[in-house]
Amino acid sequence: MKYVFIIAGVLLIALSIAAGLIWVERRLLSVWQDRLGPNRVGPFGIGQVVADTIKLFFKEDWVPPFSDRPVFVLAPGILMATILLTFAVIPFGPNFVVFDSNIGILFFLGNSSLGVYSIVLGGWASNNKYSLIGAMRASAQMLTYEVFMGLSLMGVVMMADSFSFYKIVEAQKGAWFFIPQFVGFIVFFIAGIAETHRLPFDIPEAEGELVAGYHSEYSGMKFGMFFVGEYLGITLISGIIATLFFGGWLGPSFLPPVFWFLFKTFFFICVFILLRASLPRPRYDQLMELGWKILLPLSLLNLLITGAILIFLK
Amino acid sequence: MNVFFYIAAIVAIVSTIMAISGKNAIHSLLYLILSLLAVSVIFYLLSAPFIAALEVIIYAGAIMVLFIFVTMMLNIGLERESENKWLKPRMWIVPSILAVILLVTLIMSLKNVAPVSPDKEAILPKQVGISLFSTYLLGVEIAAILLMAGVIGAYHLGSQKKKVIHRFLKTN
Repeated sequence: MKYVFIIAGVLLIALSIAAGLIWVERRLLSVWQDRLGPNRVGPFGIGQVVADTIKLFFKEDWVPPFSDRPVFVLAPGILMATILLTFAVIPFGPNFVVFDSNIGILFFLGNSSLGVYSIVLGGWASNNKYSLIGAMRASAQMLTYEVFMGLSLMGVVMMADSFSFYKIVEAQKGAWFFIPQFVGFIVFFIAGIAETHRLPFDIPEAEGELVAGYHSEYSGMKFGMFFVGEYLGITLISGIIATLFFGGWLGPSFLPPVFWFLFKTFFFICVFILLRASLPRPRYDQLMELGWKILLPLSLLNLLITGAILIFLK
Repeated sequence: MNVFFYIAAIVAIVSTIMAISGKNAIHSLLYLILSLLAVSVIFYLLSAPFIAALEVIIYAGAIMVLFIFVTMMLNIGLERESENKWLKPRMWIVPSILAVILLVTLIMSLKNVAPVSPDKEAILPKQVGISLFSTYLLGVEIAAILLMAGVIGAYHLGSQKKKVIHRFLKTN
């Protein structure tokens, strides 16, 4: 019975954050761009989320006749399923985790690599040249950034001596891992932006060139699933950064641990949105060059040095 | 545990058959991915969670994405004339009979081997790493040399200078 409550709690938190982010992002962007943003529906315009959701539900859910129908319908579901599954291994607080797996980090990496299919198949099944180009860019980009996304986490794994998120948080009681693993944190953060294909790395859906990239043909709630999936992805990556590098639920004891986890997660979500407001989109080859020529050697070097120091200290 | 094993095994077999017999290349690849996921579940049930995770990350996550990528680039999703010709019974019936003979011999020889118990203690990543870098060090080194050869080959192929320059980039 306890598990039912935990699962319901995790789902409720994740989905309400993801939906609320639509409003948060628009308001924050407006603050940084010196305008007001949505402020008409309800207090501070917070009802905008409800209005948008109702609008999405009532839109015609059109499947193009030239598309590959089963794959077209399947694609948005893969995205939601892989991201929501990963929330199962993230500890929201002490004893507030659905499944404390001893391969937690690998579970996250596996799910994120399966998430690529959603975009690739969505773009291919749309049978539209812009979608296909978006899907190809997405697969190359995400495959590249996955390589050192995993490598950048191995320093943390070595220091905590475990793949389990829960044990990694407990190992950070002395010092948060972003101090000894600063390089790993930077590499993981950049790879996280590329994995969720957020601005500035939103090359798969670059609206100036590709209409809307891989989801050009999607409408109604199928589009809504891609849309919410993107925000869920941001929440997930922020939560993982908070867990692995910033001590998860650890914090001064005048507030409950769950609050500290949510506070850190929300901070990184805001950083994601600030990046969107401030950085231009790089060219496609620049993105690949950054990945293979700078970030991959950097994460390998970080792995080597961390290992050497740990052996030296033993 | 046994029930889950049989479910995963049936999913693996059915999806593999669908992958072989399908005519749409992308659909076949999707069935192949499903089959790899089912094999990963079997590994997990046999108390090898590390291998199960690697199966998903490397095979289902990385290699199959490359397959789909190439299939998309070449646009061979549609049914082809040659495929129909290859799927005639004349083409596959003899190999199938030979494969069935092999399967029968395999089953006969496996009859005396004790089955692996799925309920033993899980083998954690640490144990896998220790045995890889002590008992099987030679194998790891050989794999590393092979991968290095691949990297050097890719570098050689990719290092050729671009001969055609886009008209916007010409300086004269």
